[in-house]
Order: sequence, then structure tokens, then C-alpha cells
Amino acid sequence: MFNELIGTLLLTARDVIPIAVILFGFQLGVLKRPVNQWRRVLLGFVYVIIGLTFFLVGLQLALFPIGESMANQLTTSEFLHPNGSKAPFIWQDYFWVYVFAAAIGFSTTIAEPSLIAVAIKANQVSAGTIGIQGLRISVAFGVAIGITLGCFRIVVGDPIHYYIMAGYVIVVIQTFYAPKMIIPLAYDSGGVTTSTVTVPLVAALALGLPPTLKAVIHSLTALV
Amino acid sequence: MSAIAKLMQAMLASFKDLIPIILVVSFFEIFVLHQAPAELGSILIGLVFIVLGLTFFVFGLEMGLFPIGESLAEALARKGSVFWLVIFSFSLGFGTTLAEPALTAVANEAAQVAANARAIEANEQAMSTYAMGLRITVAISVGLAILLGVVRILKGWPIHYLIIGGYIIVMILTSFAPANIIGIAYDSGGVTTSTITVPLVTALGVGLASVIKGRNPMLDGFGLIAFASLSPMIFVLIYGMVFLN
Repeated sequence: MFNELIGTLLLTARDVIPIAVILFGFQLGVLKRPVNQWRRVLLGFVYVIIGLTFFLVGLQLALFPIGESMANQLTTSEFLHPNGSKAPFIWQDYFWVYVFAAAIGFSTTIAEPSLIAVAIKANQVSAGTIGIQGLRISVAFGVAIGITLGCFRIVVGDPIHYYIMAGYVIVVIQTFYAPKMIIPLAYDSGGVTTSTVTVPLVAALALGLPPTLKAVIHSLTALV
Repeated sequence: MSAIAKLMQAMLASFKDLIPIILVVSFFEIFVLHQAPAELGSILIGLVFIVLGLTFFVFGLEMGLFPIGESLAEALARKGSVFWLVIFSFSLGFGTTLAEPALTAVANEAAQVAANARAIEANEQAMSTYAMGLRITVAISVGLAILLGVVRILKGWPIHYLIIGGYIIVMILTSFAPANIIGIAYDSGGVTTSTITVPLVTALGVGLASVIKGRNPMLDGFGLIAFASLSPMIFVLIYGMVFLN
């Protein structure tokens, strides 16, 4: 486990270095002035790296193995047809898969670090009108619906672009009726949810659901 | 408030974020699959790590990523040089994306898919060239997206025309692109915005919109991530049309 922590720490640090180079390069090379409270900022970077490391290793220990084994178990034929019938599977047989997809989509989105970041910022900028928890919960509902729909699509075998197109149409219609303030935030919320937590688990369910659909669904709930 | 009390409070908040995950997993283990999870000990350690990780991350966010993103945006805007602002936004998008591990994984997978479909030669050389090409394509597209987003903030264009225009381009390209690139193209939009990029880019947008006169941070500051998730789809679809046909 110790090796895993060190390995993840190095990988995370490697991802952060190019970003830090760009930031400090501009600060010192172009703006030609020292970073305000640079010790504090540097410490902040160190905290972010440590935080992500613990977070990722924790996920690998706690969530991914159970998530994967549960996803596998929920799709075995013994589970789908407990009475041993040999009838071909219909989409209703996958009831628990949909429930699992929705529940895991919701709960992992609540713990998503990038979403926390955007929610904190939106709360500051809107002077508290947009609640941190409110935004996170509505985005989480969106992801839950999106992933469930994605499961359904895979079970039924429909081509993906119909779903995406329908989603786009909904977003376009909503855009014209939604309050102006929420629109950019809603568009953004699609990009922040598909990262560290959700993707590996969803991949374990063999969904291959594209982020766009989720983006669409998020804005759907974010706008309501 | 003492530092310890603050830390405890932050950890409690992070723990609350985990409760839904704990509930979901326990419910399915107990009521649906009727079994106890294997390796309960490592699961508990993992949960402690997740709580610690989220706590550190949020502290680091407020101390490091948000302030530097905002102060850079502010300083560049005050300098009044559109040139440097444009260079900065492109290199931030390009640099963070090229280093993104999720993108590397997706690109390698895409090379495998292309090789299996006989669209490229199935040897190490051809596959790594293809994967690298894909990564650079996505990185350039994210750089351009952040750049476009920053220009939008400077000019105050409404976001929905640009996004809806992007959707229309995606739909048109989808009907012309080779079938085996479509899934990868749609996925590439989501993998570009990592946990470190998102707070920085958000701080950049909000910082710019707060400094420039006549811009509303709520209305103009958000939206950069949306561009960064949309443009890779367009560029990867084009990449597929050029190299897989």
C-alpha cells in the first residue's frame, strides 16, 4: 500500500508540473513580478497533490474493487434469471443494473473533487444565491439519469447519436427559457463530472456512455 | 477558530460527501447480492484515505489553485495585453491536456481500436504515432477552446450561440465521420478536463470577468469548461475523417 501511495504521488506530481511551469513561467517571465504570498500558494499546490494522491489510492482500495465485482455480479445470467430459465434477456431483466447505475452515478458525483471546486466558485460569485450543495445535488441527479439512460441504450442496442441529438435539442430549447445567469454554469457542469471517480466505475459497468449525454442531462437538471 | 477545529470541520464535511457511496454499496451488498464485502479492512482504510484526500484537496484549492488562477487573470487583464492573454490561455489548455493521464489512456485504446479495424497498421510504431497524433489533436483543440472562451469573455459574446453552433458542427461531422471514431470522439470531450485543470480554468474565467468592466462574473466567467469539452469532439471527428478514411 505504501508503494502504491508513493507511485500515485509521483504520477500526480508529474501531472501537476507542466501546469505549475506554465503558471509560474507567466508570473515571472511575462508579468515579471513575484507571486503574492508564494509560500502559501506553493503549499496549496502541495496540498492538492497530497489530497489527490490519498483520494485516488482510497478509491482504489475502497470503491473500485467492490464496484467492479458488483457490476459483474449484477450482469451474470444467474442473477438476471434466478429461476434458471433459458429465455433470452429482455431489457426489464436488467432492473437492478439501472438502479445500481443511478445510485452509483449519484453518489460518486457528490464526491467529485472538480465539481466541488466549481460549486465553491459559483457560490462565491453568485454571492450565495447558488448553493454549493444544491448545485452538487442537481448535477448528481443529472448524472444518475444520464448513466441509467446509457445503460438502457446499451442493453437495447440503439445507436448513440439519436440520444445525443435528442439531448442537444432539449438543451437548446431549455437555453431559451432558462434564467440567463445559470446558462454558462449549466454548460460547464457537463465537463466537470466525468473524471476521477465516476469514469472507472462506469467503465466497470461496461457502459461507454459519452460525457456529452451526461452534460446534456446535467444542464437539464441544473436548469429546472 | 483554531486550526485543529477547522481541520476537523473540513474532514467532517468530506466524510458527509462519502455517505451516499457507503449507503449505496451497503444496500447492494446486503439486500440485492446478499453477501459481505471481501476485505472489509482495506475498504475501511480506503474510506479514511478518501476523506483525507478530499480535505487536503479543498484546502489546497483555496490556498493555491484559486488564488494563483485569479491573480494571473487579473494581472494579465490589467496589463492590457490581449496578445499575452491569448498566449496564456492557449498554453494553459494545451499544456494541461497533453499531460492528462486519462487522455493518454483513451488515445492508446483508440489506437488499438483503429488497428483492429485495419484502419492503421497493427504494429507498435503505427499505433504510437496514431495515439500521439490524437493526443496532440485534442490538446490543440482544448488550447483553442480556452482561447476562444477567453476572447468571448473579452468581447462579451453570449455563450449559447457558440455552444449551439458547436453542437450543430458535431452532428454534421458525426454523419460523415468513420463509425469507429465516433465513440472515441464523444468520449474525448470528457477526459480533457482534469481535477486540476477545472479549478484553474474556472478561476481564470471568473477572474477575467471580474476585472473587465461591464462583464458579469456569473454570466461571462463560466463557460470555459464547456468549450474545452466540446472542441475535442469536433477535432477528433475531423482527425478520424482525415486519417481513417
